[in-house]
Amino acid sequence: MPHPLERRVIFQHIDEPGYSPDLACYLRQGGYAVLRKSVQRPPAELIDEVKRSGLRGRGGAGFLCGLKWNLVDRKSGKPIYLIVNADESEPGTFKDRYIIHQDPHQLIEGIMISCYANNVKQAYIYIRGEFPHGARILETAIAEARAANFVGPNICGGAYSCEIYVHRGAGAYICGEETGLIESLEGKRPYPRIKPPFFPAVLGLYQCPTIVNNVETLCHVKHIADIGGGAYAGIGTPNNTGTRLIGVSGHVQRPGYFEFESGKITLGRLLHEVCGGPLPGRKFKAIIPGGSSSKILRCDERFKIKQKDGTVLDWGYEDIPLDFDSFAACGTMGGSGGVIVMDDRVNLVEALGNLNAFYAHESCGQCTPCREGSLWMKKITARMVHGEARVEDGELLKNVADQIAGRTVCPFGEACSWPTQSFVQKFGDEFKAYAETKRQPRPVDALTLV
Amino acid sequence: MNLKPETLQRIDEVITHYPVKRSAVLPLLHLVQEEQGYISREAIEWIAAKLELQPINVYEVVTFYPMFRQHPVGRRHIKVCRTLSCALNGGYRTCEEFEKEFATQRGAISPDGEVTIEFVECLASCGSGPAVMIDDDLHEKVDCAKARALAAQIKAEAAARTK
Ligand SMILES: Cc1cc2nc3c(=O)[nH]c(=O)nc-3n(C[C@H](O)[C@H](O)[C@H](O)COP(=O)(O)O)c2cc1C
Ligand code: FES
Repeated sequence: MPHPLERRVIFQHIDEPGYSPDLACYLRQGGYAVLRKSVQRPPAELIDEVKRSGLRGRGGAGFLCGLKWNLVDRKSGKPIYLIVNADESEPGTFKDRYIIHQDPHQLIEGIMISCYANNVKQAYIYIRGEFPHGARILETAIAEARAANFVGPNICGGAYSCEIYVHRGAGAYICGEETGLIESLEGKRPYPRIKPPFFPAVLGLYQCPTIVNNVETLCHVKHIADIGGGAYAGIGTPNNTGTRLIGVSGHVQRPGYFEFESGKITLGRLLHEVCGGPLPGRKFKAIIPGGSSSKILRCDERFKIKQKDGTVLDWGYEDIPLDFDSFAACGTMGGSGGVIVMDDRVNLVEALGNLNAFYAHESCGQCTPCREGSLWMKKITARMVHGEARVEDGELLKNVADQIAGRTVCPFGEACSWPTQSFVQKFGDEFKAYAETKRQPRPVDALTLV
Repeated sequence: MNLKPETLQRIDEVITHYPVKRSAVLPLLHLVQEEQGYISREAIEWIAAKLELQPINVYEVVTFYPMFRQHPVGRRHIKVCRTLSCALNGGYRTCEEFEKEFATQRGAISPDGEVTIEFVECLASCGSGPAVMIDDDLHEKVDCAKARALAAQIKAEAAARTK
C-alpha cells in the first residue's frame, strides 16, 4: 500500500494486486487513450504542453525536457531519433525497474507521444544488460502494441508511423551517460563524446539529431499530454513540477520506492515517517541524497539558505524539501532520486572505499585524470582500510579528486570526485583518525564495506 | 560456427533493427553468449564477418563490457551486488557465504563445476539488498540464511541431474 504522504501518478499501478504488464490489462485502465488523442493534435502543440509543464529530466541532471526538445535540429533533413535511457545504473537508484517490469505500456505510450511530438520515426530503448527479464517484457509489450496499431506503421489508423526497438547493454555504468550510450548503441566501446560539437540534439546517433530521455521522464510526458502542461505545472512546486520517484536504501526501518509531489515533503518526513526512522538503537549519521555521485550530507550539519528577499533559512537535513532546487541550495543534488542512508555503525572512510571501488571499475578510461584519478582514489582508500592509514590521506584524496572534476570529456569526472571531495570535507576527522581507529578493537557490529 | 537455426534467425532479424550493421555487435554477442556460454575467438571472427567489420571491432567490445566473457563459467552464474546500499546490509557477507557453500572463490568455477560466483556493481535493486542475480533471475534481501537456502536449491538440482 502506498504511504498516505505519497501521490502516485507514474507508480499508480505498481504492486497493485491483479495488475499485469500485458496490453489487455493496460487497456482496461484506459491505456493508450492519451496516444489516440495526441496523434489528432499538431505535434508543436504537444511540445508546448511539455514546455508549459516545466518537466525536468529524471535521469539525474534535471534538465528541462521542453528546452531539450527545443534544441533538436529540425532543419538538417536527417532523421531524428529518440533514445530511452533505461540504463538505471547510478548506485542507489531503483525506480525505472518497476515501470519496465510492471507497467511497460505506460512507458511505451509515453515514448510514442514523445516521438509523435518530435517527428521521430525510430526509437530505441537502451536497457541495462542486467535486466534480461525487463528486456523481454518490453519486447513482448512492443509486439502487443504493434499488433494493436499503437507502435509501427499508421499509428491509431493515421498517417504517422514509428518503430521502437529494445537494445541491451552489457554491464557498463558509463552507458548511462548519454553520449557513451549513443556510442554503445552504435556497437562500440561507450567512450563519451566531446561536447561541443557532439550535442545529441544536433549530432547524436549516427550523427543525426537525437533526443535522450530517462524512462521516468517519458512516463511524465504521457501524463502531461493527458492533463495538459498547465495542470501538470500545478503539481509540485514552482520550478520543481510534477511528482518524483524516490528510492530509499540503506539503514532505515522501511526502505523502498515512493512517489511524492516534488518539494511537498521534506527529507525528514521521508526518512522518519515514511521509512520509519533509524533501525532500533541506531542514529542516522550521513545521507547521500540523489544517487551515489551526489555530495554527502551530515545528519548534524546546518544549511544556511539565502532567500530571494534576503532572509536566511537555517535547515537541518530534516528540513530539506525533496526537490532539485532545495538539494542544490544545500550544496548537493536531487539527482536520480536515490537516497542512501547510513547510521552510526558506518565508518565513512570505508563507505568511501566502497564507492571508490565502483568508480574505478566504471571509468571508461578515455580521459587520463579520470582513469588514473579514480584508480588512485580507490587504491588509497583500500590501503587505508586493508593496509596502513596515514593522517594525511584525507588531504591526499582531496588533492587527487580536485584534479579530476572539470578536466574530463563527460560528467563522470565530477561524479567520481564528488564523493571523495564531500566525504573528506565533511568527515575529515574520521579520515585523520582512521589509523587510530584501526588500532582499536573492531566493534562487533562494524560492517564490511570494502 | 555451429549455432542453432533459431539463433541464426534471431541474428538475422536483429540486424534489421539498425540502419548501420555495426549497431548489432552487442545484440549478436548476447545471442552467441546465451547459446555458447562465452565468447570464443571463433565467435568474434564470425560476428565480425557477419557485420562486415574487422575482428578488432568486436574484440574491443568484448573486452570492455563486464557482461561478456571469454571463458566458460559454472553451470549457474551467481552475481552478488558489491555496491554501497547492498554492502550496508551485508552484501560482502552474502558473497562469502556463497563462496563457503561451494568451496570456491570469487571469479573461479567451483570444484563441482556447478557455479561461478562474482561480485558485480549495483543491480538497481538497492532498496531490497543484498541483491543477487542467479543467471537471469534477481533475488532480493539475500542474507546469509537465504544464501544458504539458494545454495541448497542449486545443489539439490545438481544431485537430481546426476541421478
Ligand atoms: C556517468 C553518468 C551516468 C548516467 N547514468 C544514467 C542512467 O543510468 N540513467 C539515466 O536515465 N540517465 C543517466 N545519466 C544522465 C544522462 O546522461 C542523461 O542526462 C539523461 O538520460 C537525460 O534524460 P532526462 O533529461 O530525461 O533526465 C548519467 C549521466 C552520467 C554522467
Ligand atoms: S547497491 Fe546493490 S543493487 Fe544497488
